[in-house]
Amino acid sequence: MAKQAAAPIERMAGSHPHKGRQIALEILTFLLFLLFMMPFIIVIFNSMRTNADIINQPVGLPTSLGQFWTNVTEIWNNPTFNFLSALRDSVIITVISLAVISIFSSMAAWVLVRNKTRWSNIIFMCYVAAMVIPFQVVMFPLLTWFRTVGDFLHIPMLRSYQGIIFAYLGFGEAMSIFIFHGFIKGVPLELEEAADIDGCSRAGTFFRIVLPLLQPVFVTVLVLNGLWIWNDYLLPLLVLGASGNIRTIPLAVQGFNGAYVKQWHLIMTSTLLAMLPIIILYLFAQKYIIQGMVDGSIK
Amino acid sequence: MTSRQKRKLTEILFLLPTLIAFLMVIIIPFIFGIYYSFTDWQGTGAASKMVGFENYAAIFQDAGFLHSFLVTLLFTVLNIITVNVVAFVISLLVTSEIRGRNIYRAGFFVPNLIGGIVLGLVWQFIFSNILPSIGQSLGWAALSKSLLTNKDTVMGTMVTVNTWQYAGYIMLIYVASIQGISKSVLEAAEVDGATYWTRVTRIQIPLMANAFTISLFLTLTNSFKMYDVNVALTNGGPVSMFMNKPVQASELLALNIYQTAFKYNNMALGQAKAVIFFVVLTIFSIIQVSYNKSKEVEA
Repeated sequence: MAKQAAAPIERMAGSHPHKGRQIALEILTFLLFLLFMMPFIIVIFNSMRTNADIINQPVGLPTSLGQFWTNVTEIWNNPTFNFLSALRDSVIITVISLAVISIFSSMAAWVLVRNKTRWSNIIFMCYVAAMVIPFQVVMFPLLTWFRTVGDFLHIPMLRSYQGIIFAYLGFGEAMSIFIFHGFIKGVPLELEEAADIDGCSRAGTFFRIVLPLLQPVFVTVLVLNGLWIWNDYLLPLLVLGASGNIRTIPLAVQGFNGAYVKQWHLIMTSTLLAMLPIIILYLFAQKYIIQGMVDGSIK
Repeated sequence: MTSRQKRKLTEILFLLPTLIAFLMVIIIPFIFGIYYSFTDWQGTGAASKMVGFENYAAIFQDAGFLHSFLVTLLFTVLNIITVNVVAFVISLLVTSEIRGRNIYRAGFFVPNLIGGIVLGLVWQFIFSNILPSIGQSLGWAALSKSLLTNKDTVMGTMVTVNTWQYAGYIMLIYVASIQGISKSVLEAAEVDGATYWTRVTRIQIPLMANAFTISLFLTLTNSFKMYDVNVALTNGGPVSMFMNKPVQASELLALNIYQTAFKYNNMALGQAKAVIFFVVLTIFSIIQVSYNKSKEVEA
């Protein structure tokens, strides 16, 4: 959408197309970009070296591709890091949380928009107000409360998938309802009224008529919540524990770092593996991720 | 059941999942949290006795907390400046006529995809190994030792990492805003002989007021709540002196709250700190947003 962004302006500049300035700008941007990418280059290079190499000469080129496979195999099979199980847990938690947050929030937002009563206003204002509550102020009581509720219902809420997914629903829904609310307000009522007259149930109207219309805003909600949940460290640390059976990737990375202090070749390889899934996703869904981030912030 | 009742029932069922999660995850823990901060709560569900404002009084005697508070303010102010300046400059670069601007735009956002734990570890390696090695070979005394172990430079490392991580996100917001500015306004100014600098400062910046409100709010709250980079990069260290007591030089508020509860096993004090944290963050956000909103009207 921005491909032609600044083109007409430069052409307006007249007979001299600022050749020198243009080249200077390009070089400057490239150098800045290189600087920004440096940490990633450092991670890749040092995943291809031995620890002795890194300690002797921290700044250096990769030793060999063979060393890369040695490091990767070691990390892959490392029981402390246990990459595959961390990847599985991260995927399970992120995917289910996203499904639950987006479906339930869109349902609630739709009722709050279409049902213009004093109560729906109050509920909506509560969600908006709750967005300012930082995680820190609820995190300690949440643990005690989850333990109590879990004991009472005989459904473990700590160190369990259902507990952390429920917590993500609670922390993610306010912002998601707010975003859906803003979008649904702009959706014309006529379609829903027609469905109503045709005898479609209320739920049927939502799932068959309204939900498909919400597609663009689903992207926003999925991207904003997805990046946050995938990378979150503090909530999993508290709810799942540092040494529980369920460990997300950030927990695994931090745990591994604690156990293999200063073994930089392994730590760098572990961070490389930890980065890989989201970067691969970004390569394919870059347009949606950027769009979602921008729409989500501007709202 | 009449169709009217059926309709009401559906709507209530639609609201229920998010309402339950909201109550269980945010509202109840929030209320408990305020209550616990006035007790000698031990972190269990067991009864605790009221101690009035004792915890709050203790906070103002706590050199570690006061130091964390000041360090967090410093970090937030520095971060707001560096993130926004870097993001704004990059946004100008990637909306100019340079080749590959779409690739750059996507690339600068990449650090934002990766979680703070992973990034913190990568930068820990850079600050403790790569930079000292470069410093030694160039004979620069300032760089020869790790910047992480020096209490005067450690906050600079935190700001560097967070700017690197967050600038790409804020850049996207500025880019979207720049693209929303009508080309004819800029062209007219150029025809009238306005220099590039004048066009940026007199036209673009005033027209981007809304983007500045959003970006400053996001950087403010993000910096104030910073936790994961803090843990992975410095974990609060090194030791420094404040009010004649040893404190952690780079321990931000979120980490201080966590350590109070779990390292020093004082849940009630940690909770009282969290309440103060919440109040201060809310006040700052309100001041910032209303100040920026007033600027928007003027523009």
